[in-house]
Amino acid sequence: MNKGWLVIRSRALPVSFRLDRRVPAVLFSLLLVTLAAVALNVGQGEYPIPPLDVLKTILGLPTSNPDYPFIVNTLRLPRTLVAYLVGVGLAISGTILQGITRNPLADPEIIGMNAGASLAAVTLIVLVPSAPLFALPLSAFSGALVVALLIYLLAWDRGSSPIRLILVGVGLNLIARALTTLMITFGEINNVSQALVWLAGSVYGCRWEQVWSLLPWLIILVPLAFVLALQLNALNLGDDVARGLGSRVEWQRGLLLLTSVALIGASVATAGTIAFVGLIAPHLGRQLVGSTHEGLIPTAAMIGGLIVVVADLLGRTLFAPIELPCGAITATIGAPYFLYLLVRNRNE
Amino acid sequence: MARQNYQLIGVRFARSQPLLLIGLVLGILVMLLCLVASIAWGAAEIPIGKVYTALTAFDGSADHLIIRTVRLPRSLIAMLVGAALAVAGALIQGLTRNPLADPGILGLEAGAALAVVVVVFLFGTSSLSAYAGFAFLGTAVTAAVVYLIASLGRGGLTPMNLTVAGAALYYLLSSLTTGILILSQQTLDEIRFWLAGSVAGTDFTLFLQVLPYIVVGLIVAFALGRQITALNLGEDVAKGLGQRTAWVKATAAVSVVLLAGSSVSIAGPIGFIGLVVPHIVRFFIGLDYRWILPYAAVVGAIFLLVADIGARLLIAPQELPVGVMTAIVGAPFFIYLARNKVKR
Repeated sequence: MNKGWLVIRSRALPVSFRLDRRVPAVLFSLLLVTLAAVALNVGQGEYPIPPLDVLKTILGLPTSNPDYPFIVNTLRLPRTLVAYLVGVGLAISGTILQGITRNPLADPEIIGMNAGASLAAVTLIVLVPSAPLFALPLSAFSGALVVALLIYLLAWDRGSSPIRLILVGVGLNLIARALTTLMITFGEINNVSQALVWLAGSVYGCRWEQVWSLLPWLIILVPLAFVLALQLNALNLGDDVARGLGSRVEWQRGLLLLTSVALIGASVATAGTIAFVGLIAPHLGRQLVGSTHEGLIPTAAMIGGLIVVVADLLGRTLFAPIELPCGAITATIGAPYFLYLLVRNRNE
Repeated sequence: MARQNYQLIGVRFARSQPLLLIGLVLGILVMLLCLVASIAWGAAEIPIGKVYTALTAFDGSADHLIIRTVRLPRSLIAMLVGAALAVAGALIQGLTRNPLADPGILGLEAGAALAVVVVVFLFGTSSLSAYAGFAFLGTAVTAAVVYLIASLGRGGLTPMNLTVAGAALYYLLSSLTTGILILSQQTLDEIRFWLAGSVAGTDFTLFLQVLPYIVVGLIVAFALGRQITALNLGEDVAKGLGQRTAWVKATAAVSVVLLAGSSVSIAGPIGFIGLVVPHIVRFFIGLDYRWILPYAAVVGAIFLLVADIGARLLIAPQELPVGVMTAIVGAPFFIYLARNKVKR
């Protein structure tokens, strides 16, 4: 089997892992595409800015228009950055979920974690209107955690059908949505449309403070996810094989689940529920670089970020000047894709 | 009809036709009682005597106005929508032999809701009659799509594939609906409460326009009782008994579209009635759809009337959308079913 692996070993640190040979090339191309998408997205808007000028402004070089720095650096760049970071978080979370449940149809939205996170966040906003900004990711995290625990208790038998997981997820999703509606009605949120935009998943109005509140989470969680990813490969072979290989299955699975939940919490608290990114990104990643998680996680992360940035771009351009939230776009594309996967999974 | 005997808490009794008939009549009486309760109870305290005089000797006072223009239409609508949704759910469950189905879970209500949102977005709420037509269209198209996709899955039209296809369509349609609502603040303001599923502030003229469809749907459904029972035994058995299954399925589908579409166009998407009520009814009645369908209508009406009373009184003077109540009760039941009835 001449697949070709890149082996990375470090003498100084006790680190070594293998990457599929395709990974560096794929990551590099993704980086280029992402830069192009970011430049396009930042350039799009009421005052269109050519992509080259966007890049110049970000780098601090002088351009023809003195307004550009304000528009780009204060208004649009943070928004696009938030979109990218949220996409990264969601994609990694979805990859982890698909790995631990060994279910290619798993996605934080479908199993209800998104709905749980948004319910907790909305509850916080309604009950404690003066809560500081950093409390929102914490409450979203706890909401997603509760749902994850419920899913674990209710649906996660060893060897159980993947469909049961999805059905229970649908049920939890519906409860969470009903309770969220309850909270919104009960709480008399004055700007219901604003809440709706957030619940639909949108980066509208995101500024640098959202970037700085999201970034610490990602800085901690993404490397953690990467490190844990090495165990995902073993877990994926089945519990017994993994134990035979020396994995501490329950601990690792629990830790992975917590990481996934934390990523969801941070993402939902920042930009609302952006659905199906955690479903599509791992699948596309697997097509590009295979299922080995050391390569899959970075690839899926970059694809996820790209998806959200492109969705945001589409949302802003399709019905300009009205903005569709990027969550609506990803759901519109993601749901048919989910159906396609369902149909394709006939031999599951 | 064969007699069936069974024991219930040590009491043997035969489930025979006279008993079922008596049960049905009792059910209707309970339903009427709930109707009266729904008219009498609410945020404004109105004594029963005034309720009676409001209906017989109307004198234009505030209380009488409340009774006549707010509570009476609302209660009647709750009664009929509850009956319609329950029967639609029973039909779907009987047709597809799927205990997890109901118009909400299969995405039919989401499809109807999307269609109505599109109409309001394009034409505003002035054209009320367009609601019903578009709701039917939305329901019909969604039903066809769900059927198609579920048939493509593994093993064909299994309950699992149907439910999951319905769930995915539900996500798709509800996010499209949210997208449109965000595009238009005006549409959002007009139908926010409706979209959560509510019989509050419902338009009586719209109800009267839609009433014939519901009645026709119910009559068609009741008439299909014998055929659905046979179909429930299995497609081959039914065909072997000489039934033209394609016709039966098509007619039942028409009935479902009429019932679910009408309900959504008046009261928004109210979920889980079509899921829970048929189960309750089947627990007591068994599998004879000639009786299940009428009982489902009565129990469904009671269910929604009680849920609506609860929605009004729970956080009075504020109001919950009744769709939230049914979801909070129904979704745990759905999860219980998914755990126990879904084969591994």
